[in-house]
Amino acid sequence: MSDKYLVDIKNERLSFFTPAGEVKALNDVSIHLEPGEVLGIVGESGSGKSVTAYSLMGLTANPGKLIGGSLMFNDHQIENMTEREMRKIRGSEVSIIFQDPMTSLNPVYTIGNQIVEVIMLHTDKTRKEAKERAKELLELVGINEPSKRLKQYPHELSGGMRQRVMIAIALACEPKLLIADEPTTALDVTIQAQILELMMELKEKLGMAIIMITHDLGVVASMCDRIAVMYAGRIIEYGTTDDIFYNPKHMYTKGLIRSIPRLDATEHERLVPIEGTPVDLLNPPAGCPFAPRCEACMKICLRQMPPKAVFDEVHYTHCWLNQKEMMEKGEANE
Amino acid sequence: MSNEFIKVEHLKQYFPAGGHGKNKRFIQAVDDVNFTINKGETLGLVGESGCGKTTTGRSLLRLYEPTGGRFEFDNNVIFDVENKKFAKMDEFRKRMQIVFQDPYASLDPRMTVADIVGEAIDAHKLASSKQDRYDMIIEMLERVGLNSEHANRYPHEFSGGQRQRVGIARALAVRPDFIVCDEPVSALDVSIQAQVVNMFEDLQNEMGLTYLFIAHDLSIVKHISKNIGVMYLGRMVELADSFEITSHPVHPYTKSLISAIPIADPKIARESKRIVLEGDVPSPLNPPSGCRFRTRCKYATERCACEVPQFKEVSAGHYAACHNLDACN
Ligand SMILES: Nc1ncnc2c1ncn2[C@@H]1O[C@H](COP(=O)(O)OP(=O)(O)OP(=O)(O)O)[C@@H](O)[C@H]1O
Ligand SMILES: Nc1ncnc2c1ncn2[C@@H]1O[C@H](COP(=O)(O)OP(=O)(O)OP(=O)(O)O)[C@@H](O)[C@H]1O
Ligand code: SF4
Ligand SMILES: [Mg+2]
Ligand SMILES: [Mg+2]
Repeated sequence: MSDKYLVDIKNERLSFFTPAGEVKALNDVSIHLEPGEVLGIVGESGSGKSVTAYSLMGLTANPGKLIGGSLMFNDHQIENMTEREMRKIRGSEVSIIFQDPMTSLNPVYTIGNQIVEVIMLHTDKTRKEAKERAKELLELVGINEPSKRLKQYPHELSGGMRQRVMIAIALACEPKLLIADEPTTALDVTIQAQILELMMELKEKLGMAIIMITHDLGVVASMCDRIAVMYAGRIIEYGTTDDIFYNPKHMYTKGLIRSIPRLDATEHERLVPIEGTPVDLLNPPAGCPFAPRCEACMKICLRQMPPKAVFDEVHYTHCWLNQKEMMEKGEANE
Repeated sequence: MSNEFIKVEHLKQYFPAGGHGKNKRFIQAVDDVNFTINKGETLGLVGESGCGKTTTGRSLLRLYEPTGGRFEFDNNVIFDVENKKFAKMDEFRKRMQIVFQDPYASLDPRMTVADIVGEAIDAHKLASSKQDRYDMIIEMLERVGLNSEHANRYPHEFSGGQRQRVGIARALAVRPDFIVCDEPVSALDVSIQAQVVNMFEDLQNEMGLTYLFIAHDLSIVKHISKNIGVMYLGRMVELADSFEITSHPVHPYTKSLISAIPIADPKIARESKRIVLEGDVPSPLNPPSGCRFRTRCKYATERCACEVPQFKEVSAGHYAACHNLDACN
């Protein structure tokens, strides 16, 4: 059944064993993606967005450990693979781009060197062929005068141009999955618009799937097919982009959508913030992690983690209120 | 008496960038910027990274020696470079404060919250006794939604939103009437941003504060500002009422800036057409002649290369600097 999925993460648990204690970064995270699908992951800082994505690439930082669940990508069982095996698929079947391209580009090598190296690592192209391909790639990501750019160093390029180079490197081997971790957060909006446009164009052309991690609800609204909302290391709501924006069910998602001011507002309306502060993952609450900030919090919310409330094939939440509403309608499940 | 509490005319701030004598080079960080803010109101400043927003705010507070222009604050001339008039800042320093973007970097990690707020009170000798000082600290903390329990804690014990509150309490402690808010919510989570933005609004209403509110998120700026100024490469290209400028921008740069902002509404996002700007912002060391936006502007004509467009009123309270407003509207 799961063979139609490109990504199938089931019940992932991952903790960081720090001197201060166990940071439960991921608690029972399940995500699946079909080929060519664009999934957005949104949520507060520290909710586990990056950790989820990196674990899928076998890039969990020390002292992090996968302590449960299974991660399937493109018929590879990721948790059973060695670093050597992972290196083969990283950059070829799955690529990642980060927020700050400066940290992932090597300042002492030319752009050309860095692209050629990736190509030669994953294909049997000769250096000359790889150079040709590098030129093509720069053209593909909209960089003018590619021959000249190949000879330049990262610091000689603007932020937007560096991010294009990162995308070129990520796409060098036409991966099936591109993970983008806040790819435009460090860029200006006009440059962000260029990069997002480029990513969508390339997705159409190459048919890859994208996991888009961002805190910007505007970015997911315009790009994604589906959205996972994370809170304290859990996916607390998952649905189509329209579900999340027009029919949010979880109190956190509702709050999130209400708390952003809209550029197209026609009168001044007071913002509705989510009160309180984010969770301390060293001491997470016993029940629903959002309970201490939730207006609708009930007794059970403080005691027990809410099970899945399923609305349709796609849309679900983890929320006792939703559970109760369904019960009243006589359609409780799981 | 005008109610123009803040009046900025032809503000220029250049920074030396190497070279000697005739070859001395300058970064024209702010070049001929004009605006006014009425008492108790907010002017938002937006524009791409490096366009001169922070420099504008900091030069008003005299954190730099202004290169040119004139700044009047509550009918006092703070500086008038042309006429070599510079006010003694002691009196005004306390009335003008700044809140920074990064709540981490702007708070001393070795000081308790009480010390941080208290330091500002001491610097301006505002407290008459120890008890008075303590009461003032607690009052400020309560104003920003913290309380006496927080007073003896250190910055690292707080979340980002709480730290930003501490930074604001510090600025408020000296009872300013003008605050430059430089990206005060940019580093915060979306759900926390709304808390802090509401607090800025409440404080303004309660204390009659005047804000220069700098941010790159136009939705937030629109929400909090009466008027918005859009900067590009050191110059103000458009200024108008916040609803007017977001619904009827007239300058080609503002138009593309607004269309580039992703709207958090999937149906609108799918339908809306972006005006994607080509290329990058040119270097402020060597800005284009004439209109600085011309290298990315699809309406640019020959005139745009040789003549600086005047910043003029196109309709009541709506200002723009462009030679070809007719062509692009
Ligand atoms: N190397 C590490 N050591 C200890 N804890 C870590 C480490 N990396 C991540 N964590 C913890 O794991 C949790 C999830 O982190 P993650 O980076 O996935 O958050 P995120 O949702 O991507 O947040 P942001 O929006 O700030 O990027 C956080 O609480 C973080 O403190
Ligand atoms: N102290 C300084 N010395 C030299 N150059 C400076 C100095 N401060 C700012 N600049 C330059 O002046 C220009 C305007 O910078 P400024 O910080 O005002 O931009 P900004 O609009 O606040 O950008 P951001 O959105 O990135 O904060 C930039 O080119 C910057 O590099
Ligand atoms: S003055 Fe010319 S170049 Fe500048 S914005 Fe107007 S049309 Fe474009
Ligand atoms: Mg992250
Ligand atoms: Mg700035």
